Amino acid sequence: MSRDKILNFSVDEMELVAKTLRRHIVKMIANAGSGHPGGSLSAVELVTALYFRFLRHDPANPHWSDRDRFVLSKGHAAPLLYAILAERGYFPVSELSTLRRLASRLQGHTDMTMIPGVEMSAGSLGQGLSFGLGMALAGRLDDRGYRVYVLLGDGECDEGQVWEAAMAAAHFKANNLTAIVDHNEQQLDGWNRDIMNLEPLPDKWRAFGWQVTEVDGHDLAQIMGALEAVQGIIGQPTVIIAHTVKGKGVSFMENNLEFHGRAPNSGELAKALAELA
Amino acid sequence: MTMISTRESYGRTLVELGRENKDIVVLDADLAKSTMTRYFAQEFPERFFDCGIAEQNMMGIAAGLAASGKTVFASTFSVFASCRCFDQLRVSIAQPHLNVKIVATHGGITVGEDGASHHAVEDLALVASLPGFTIIVPADAQEAAQAVRVAANTYGPFYIRCSRPASPAIYGSDYRFTLGKAVTLRSGHEATIVALGLMVAPALEAAKGLAEVGIDCRVLSMPTLKPLDEGAIGAAATETGAIVVAEEHFEHGGLGSAVARVVGQTHPVPLAFVAIKDTYAKSGKPDELLKKHGLTAGDIAQQVRQVVGRKNWVQY
Repeated sequence: MSRDKILNFSVDEMELVAKTLRRHIVKMIANAGSGHPGGSLSAVELVTALYFRFLRHDPANPHWSDRDRFVLSKGHAAPLLYAILAERGYFPVSELSTLRRLASRLQGHTDMTMIPGVEMSAGSLGQGLSFGLGMALAGRLDDRGYRVYVLLGDGECDEGQVWEAAMAAAHFKANNLTAIVDHNEQQLDGWNRDIMNLEPLPDKWRAFGWQVTEVDGHDLAQIMGALEAVQGIIGQPTVIIAHTVKGKGVSFMENNLEFHGRAPNSGELAKALAELA
Repeated sequence: MTMISTRESYGRTLVELGRENKDIVVLDADLAKSTMTRYFAQEFPERFFDCGIAEQNMMGIAAGLAASGKTVFASTFSVFASCRCFDQLRVSIAQPHLNVKIVATHGGITVGEDGASHHAVEDLALVASLPGFTIIVPADAQEAAQAVRVAANTYGPFYIRCSRPASPAIYGSDYRFTLGKAVTLRSGHEATIVALGLMVAPALEAAKGLAEVGIDCRVLSMPTLKPLDEGAIGAAATETGAIVVAEEHFEHGGLGSAVARVVGQTHPVPLAFVAIKDTYAKSGKPDELLKKHGLTAGDIAQQVRQVVGRKNWVQY
């Protein structure tokens, strides 16, 4: 049967993984001709720390009942999830080039029925925290001891369902549920503060009954510290609000709204890959 | 005759299923006393989650539980389960084809006095548009109990619409519900009445009255709206030459539309639709509303006479 396959990468090793993921992301999206680079690049370190240090899972047995679950609620960051699943051996890295193509398993937004390791079909924002809460409750009912991590976008927190789920998770004392907010402060139409102000975001989560930690979402040591700390919290769900930069790692994509949902052209791709060499 | 509502039957059956299968989990959205999930909640509090007045979140939790191996029943009123949660049904449940059983009570206008906001008259059209959903509208308490049991034991998303009022038994104790199959409640050769839910009783009453004046009507109960028993409809068209569809739903997108799609493609015959026309009902007693919106046995009989009169209009 399945065994825990927790990796124990060092920060330096994970920095290299993060760079590899960023290369995959820009190449995949450029190759597809469409996609969302900004919000994929901003969450690279968050997902790297999970998949290379914390998640108990087994790529050879993706449906292992006791696995930790990673739910990508911000489904437009699918390229990031595909990149890390491929790097962890769920499917061949060569398949990444099929993103968004007809007959590819790598749908524009995640489809849990098509590819191993994808825990939820997402794309319509705001639904992942409820889904993750359902998984967390099932784990508790069956006494399985797994943890559910849900990655939310900050713009996604505009959706009312996120707060319905936040209220319910605290009410049900789902301490095996951890939300991670990729707080890059931008959404499609502009800065959060101009489109729909979220602040004070930590206070909102606290008021809903969550244990809140804030980290620099590109600092792997800080992320690991926060992920370590959530394991011991009893009686309430936990949220890590990760301050990130949209488009992180590619100078001309950083904080550039144009790259929320546009693919780099061939010249831009070459420049991006040179920066990520 | 004992009158039992289909929602009461659902609630009682859920307790039996809970005893038989520890993987059954039940969710409600602050309506457990009305949907009758309260019986399950009383016996299995650890497997019951009241999600409060937040139906969209409830559907998401249901999907997550189902993705983790649970057989999940999620209940609220039909209006909220379908209209309010349509995107959650679509993205979190239908697209991944998860094992969520939505048992939506208070279907149709027999909700009565609560008025238009609470009358579920679009739910069947909405859910029928979602690939992979099985839709059942039981006609009586016994059928409801069997349908709920079949849903629990059949993988995939289900939408079962139950009713608020107590209603008479349609079936005898020897009845066996079969998923996807129509039930011929009365044979006949001059026209067919196809009905589901609470409209089955007036359909039978209409057929009885018509027989007394020499019009011999077949009555088909259609508990499974999707997948539809196309064979039974095709046979009704071929063998009786005229069909009246009766449903407690808008005439757009419900059983009438489904029957018309089958008949139009296979054996075109005159059709008539006993359904709510393109307007919302108001507050009133269930019987008053059924009368006002043309959903009585008399209305069905009138439509049968009308279609029978049109049988020779079209010459091929």
